[in-house]
Amino acid sequence: MGNILTQWLGDNLLTYILIPVPVLVWVLVFALYAVLGERKVSAWMQNRIGPNRTDKFGLLQTILDVVKLIQKELIIPNRADRLYFRIAPYIVFTATFMGYAILPFSSVYIGVDLNLGLFYFFAITSLSVIGVLMAGWASNNKYSLFGGMRTVAQIVSYEIPTALSALVVVMLAGTLSMQKFAEIQSGGILNWYIFGGPGSVIKIVLIPIMVVSAVILFISTLAETNRTPFDLTEADSELVAGVHIEYSGMMFAMFFLAEYAQMFAVSGVVTTLFLGGWQSPFGDLVPFLNTPVFQVFWFLAKSLFLVFVMMWLRWTLPRVRIDQLMTMCWKFLIPITLVNLFLVGLYIILT
Amino acid sequence: MSELRTEELTINMGPQHPSTHGVLRLVLTLNGEIVTDVKPVLGYLHRCFEKHCEAMTYPQVVPYTDRMDYLNSMNNELAYVLAAEKLLGIQVPERVEYIRVIMCELQRIASHLVAIGTYGNDAGAFTPFLYCFMDREKVLELFEMVCGARLLYNYIWVGGLSHDITPEFVTKTKEFIKYFRPRIKQINNLLSYNKIFIERTAGIGVLPQDVAVNAGVSGPTLRGSGVKFDLRKDDKYSIYDRFDFDVCVGWGERGVVGDCWNRYIVRAYEMEQSLRIIEQAIDNIPEGDVQSAVPKRVKPVVGESYVRTESPKGELAYYIISDGSLNPYRIKARSPSFCNLSVINQISRGHMIADVVMILGSFDIVLGCIDR
Repeated sequence: MGNILTQWLGDNLLTYILIPVPVLVWVLVFALYAVLGERKVSAWMQNRIGPNRTDKFGLLQTILDVVKLIQKELIIPNRADRLYFRIAPYIVFTATFMGYAILPFSSVYIGVDLNLGLFYFFAITSLSVIGVLMAGWASNNKYSLFGGMRTVAQIVSYEIPTALSALVVVMLAGTLSMQKFAEIQSGGILNWYIFGGPGSVIKIVLIPIMVVSAVILFISTLAETNRTPFDLTEADSELVAGVHIEYSGMMFAMFFLAEYAQMFAVSGVVTTLFLGGWQSPFGDLVPFLNTPVFQVFWFLAKSLFLVFVMMWLRWTLPRVRIDQLMTMCWKFLIPITLVNLFLVGLYIILT
Repeated sequence: MSELRTEELTINMGPQHPSTHGVLRLVLTLNGEIVTDVKPVLGYLHRCFEKHCEAMTYPQVVPYTDRMDYLNSMNNELAYVLAAEKLLGIQVPERVEYIRVIMCELQRIASHLVAIGTYGNDAGAFTPFLYCFMDREKVLELFEMVCGARLLYNYIWVGGLSHDITPEFVTKTKEFIKYFRPRIKQINNLLSYNKIFIERTAGIGVLPQDVAVNAGVSGPTLRGSGVKFDLRKDDKYSIYDRFDFDVCVGWGERGVVGDCWNRYIVRAYEMEQSLRIIEQAIDNIPEGDVQSAVPKRVKPVVGESYVRTESPKGELAYYIISDGSLNPYRIKARSPSFCNLSVINQISRGHMIADVVMILGSFDIVLGCIDR
């Protein structure tokens, strides 16, 4: 199974209950400190200090925010659809968290090494759309509904460039298993797929294609996570807060948690596909750095770097309009990815 | 196959909405995301300014004018005070005129900074907003140094000023000019020429010249449509005729003349012109007593006066009728934001919700000025 817990505890039910626990803990800790990190990053970019009143550097800030949210009343609007309204945030978070099952944190730790891993990820994370639409509809608020409708249009459209640009790697690697992607890219930074993957010198021709694919994949994942410049779902200057408007307390916190969880999940996928996953950039030069514990470090470091880039973009760029978003997807990203796909196919046939 | 039944959606944008710049309410009729009708609903900030003034003496009105367009208090005061002085026939000392011009131009920079910053915020870029506010803070510090207040000054009095400026103010202002010139370029790099920002604003909400003129639109909103009309040049109130500066108009560098981007960029370039005026004025301030012409008792003769000035938002004018008593008989303020807002329905039809936000932001309205 590729999971160290299975080796230690055997192949039984308890193991399968325990396997997600470290990931869940990581997601919660990550979300707590990513929120703080985002506030700090934005503060530095804007010549501010950021939260610094709670503990050193505001380390307790988000924890206290969550405590505040827990205490808050869960307000359900009068004419809302109570059932859908209540379950929507949990669907969004569950769908996102299920994507973590195939994230290879290290060569010995992955939730489940499906041979259809990548396919599973795209399938399961798109389910969060249903939760968002549910929330938008059930709130009985026009702004929420707009937010929900926009999300559906946006995420369904951006599934295509995401999948197509990931397919480039799939064609080269000949697998859909996430663990295999990471294993193939062994042997240092030059064997990562963003630099053409492992192979002889002729792979140089692949580099521009792969860089473009990686950038497109990153842009599309930005759109799928609803981050600026594609945060039309929330678009505070138009839709106030989109689907979040009517949510309060912990139900709101679930949406927030899901957003940050998804940021990390998609960064993890981009890392695994293009940036060598848990492989050390030094390859076999320093074998010590490629031990399982260090692999976790590399995976987290690369993914967190991408998360940082997301924050960086968010605090720099304005928001695009919904039709421009669609134009970009259908008229630019998809044709480019199709051309990439064709070129890589050509390369595979010729070599 | 029969067509799906669709219906128009009416939503209330505001009065509590982050991008209506105050308590404006827009009733939007939408066909999907496309706006078919916009109806502004005003009055949420109505404070009976004009009626209230009738119970005040002339100098007492000045603090109320501060509260009209609260981002632009100095210019409000100047317009009212000029009208009152015209009624009284007061000639203020040269020193007062120079200081007034410096203050008004500093205030214009502060007001435009808020306009640019909040406009970026409307587009979804939060960082330029804080950069602009940081610079505005420097202007407010200058005001604070002179009169102690940062927002509502009561600085320009009928016949003079409440405080004289200090030599320190002069040096600090010169420092500010030196500091602020490169900052304008920085803001332009960060926001004005950003690809996404241009995509969002260029070609949106095109206001044709004739519509603009007919609706009484003025200020940067009018100049964005390519009409070279600036009361500082065309009416030459106070001592603006002594300074050399250009009137910026939208010239369609991006998008088309009269769209949101051109309205926006006029403000960015006007700040540069304001700096030029301050530079020319700050070195030539004559000596004198700023309160020498302040009347002990303001009691004009029966009559009326009308003075129009160029505020950062547009043409700000006061009409005062005096019945010879201590209180004005009637004061009417012609607010630029009110007239500018009147064209919103015409130019936002057929655009999307997100564009309505951008169009509204490009007018740079202040609700305190609209509702009074």
